[in-house]
Amino acid sequence: MKSNRKFVSGDEAVALGVRLARPHIISAYPITPQTIVVERLADFVEDGSLKAEYMHVESEHSAMAAAMGVSSVGARAFTATSSQGLLHMAECVHYASGARFPIVMMNANRSIAVPWSIYGDQRDSLSMLDSGWIQVYVEDAQEALDMMIQAYKVAENPEVMTPFMVNLDGFVLTHTYEPIELPEQEMVDQFLPMYQTGNKMSMDEPKSLCFSTSPADNQEFKVMQHMAMEGSVDVIRQVDAEYGKVFGRSYHGLTESYRCDDADAVLMTLGSVTGTVRCVVDELREKGFKVGVFKIRFMRPFPKDEVMALGKAVSKLGVLEKNISFGNEGTVFTNVNSALMALDTKVQSKNYVGGLGGRDITKDHIRAIFMDLLNHDRFEERVEFIGMGCEINE
Amino acid sequence: MRPKVKSYKQPSKLSEYPSTPAFESGHLVSKNAGWRTFKPVVDAEKCVGCLRCYLVCPDGVVARTKDNKVEIEYDFCKGCGICAHECKVEAITMVKEADEDEI
Ligand code: SF4
Ligand code: SF4
Repeated sequence: MKSNRKFVSGDEAVALGVRLARPHIISAYPITPQTIVVERLADFVEDGSLKAEYMHVESEHSAMAAAMGVSSVGARAFTATSSQGLLHMAECVHYASGARFPIVMMNANRSIAVPWSIYGDQRDSLSMLDSGWIQVYVEDAQEALDMMIQAYKVAENPEVMTPFMVNLDGFVLTHTYEPIELPEQEMVDQFLPMYQTGNKMSMDEPKSLCFSTSPADNQEFKVMQHMAMEGSVDVIRQVDAEYGKVFGRSYHGLTESYRCDDADAVLMTLGSVTGTVRCVVDELREKGFKVGVFKIRFMRPFPKDEVMALGKAVSKLGVLEKNISFGNEGTVFTNVNSALMALDTKVQSKNYVGGLGGRDITKDHIRAIFMDLLNHDRFEERVEFIGMGCEINE
Repeated sequence: MRPKVKSYKQPSKLSEYPSTPAFESGHLVSKNAGWRTFKPVVDAEKCVGCLRCYLVCPDGVVARTKDNKVEIEYDFCKGCGICAHECKVEAITMVKEADEDEI
């Protein structure tokens, strides 16, 4: 297989992946730490290496509105955002999924104000979990690039027709340079043919798009949207497997399990922190501790089957996440426990929340988490904040 | 020409619905004037047939009669009053639906 090796940042990897997917139009508004994505795409359009229209719109709300317009004529749309930008476009984010426009968007995970912060946590996209978008969280630049191509293939599947958000941890991934393999354009063209849909604005077959319904029919459309998202589980697995065959890299479907088979304790992760946890797992395994890491790649559709299978095999599960649903617990933890509820056996689970506002999650923190999981049979605390800079008052 | 309302049978299966909220244009399943509080009433004597109201109506429900006057399709008029506001000779009056009989 022919391929080129390149040394790029996560943002540049996204831009290269998007170029390979050949969108017709990019609607963009820059926001840190996504900016490099839209800058590189602008360069590609200017140097002619990407034949697309580039729309520099006046806000993120407009970026998504424009992407919907693009999608409504059956063209391929791309946009990217982050943090407050994602929240600003929230109204259109729901609109796009209800309209079943297969838009692909990159989101650079970044904390939400206030206190103001440009650094990374995952509260932005997790707060949009109910918006009807497929959400994947990638671990490195290569996965980011590969997912831009897979995303269109999944989103545009006639049974799915659902927009797709690819999430990268702000700065940790978006601004870190890594070597990547760049697939050949011809192979991508074969893997990802042009988008075809009958549900578009067309002079030959005029259609009304995004119509209104009364309460007598509205729920049916929402149920169909839900069923399409649930059905996308199989499509995601198939597309990933096919990608693996063609390009030599697959990502194990909706989750990736590492050294979990005989583990006494497993830590579940989302996004780039997985790499650090994997290193700690290797270290601890050498010392004889049976630990593993379970990477949740997709938050929507939620990988219920995979989480349940893990819950059957392992008795102690930690969930490490960079968000908090104020007044409750981490959102990933809630979703994991909901899947575990369907099991007959009771699994001990505990939530470790850290990295808020871009704070580092270190190997020391992760070692301490594994020791906490291994040394306790019952967890008194359900949620523990890790990496606090000071004592929490009792 | 405004599309006509076509009869609509409530689907008994999800598969009978369109797969996305998109369907052939011009397929109306219900009248759309239920929310109107005021309705525009045209005084044919005053109307000079300039068709300004025809141009500005956001719902395209002002129709032209043979003698170049105007007529409003009340089944689809939302009662926004733009036509009345824009008519230079004040040929259109917004009348509260409930008071209609008193005119
Ligand atoms: S704007 Fe007034 S005068 Fe002109 S056509 Fe309409 S009702 Fe008649
Ligand atoms: S009231 Fe509004 S909707 Fe009705 S005819 Fe006048 S402009 Fe059109």
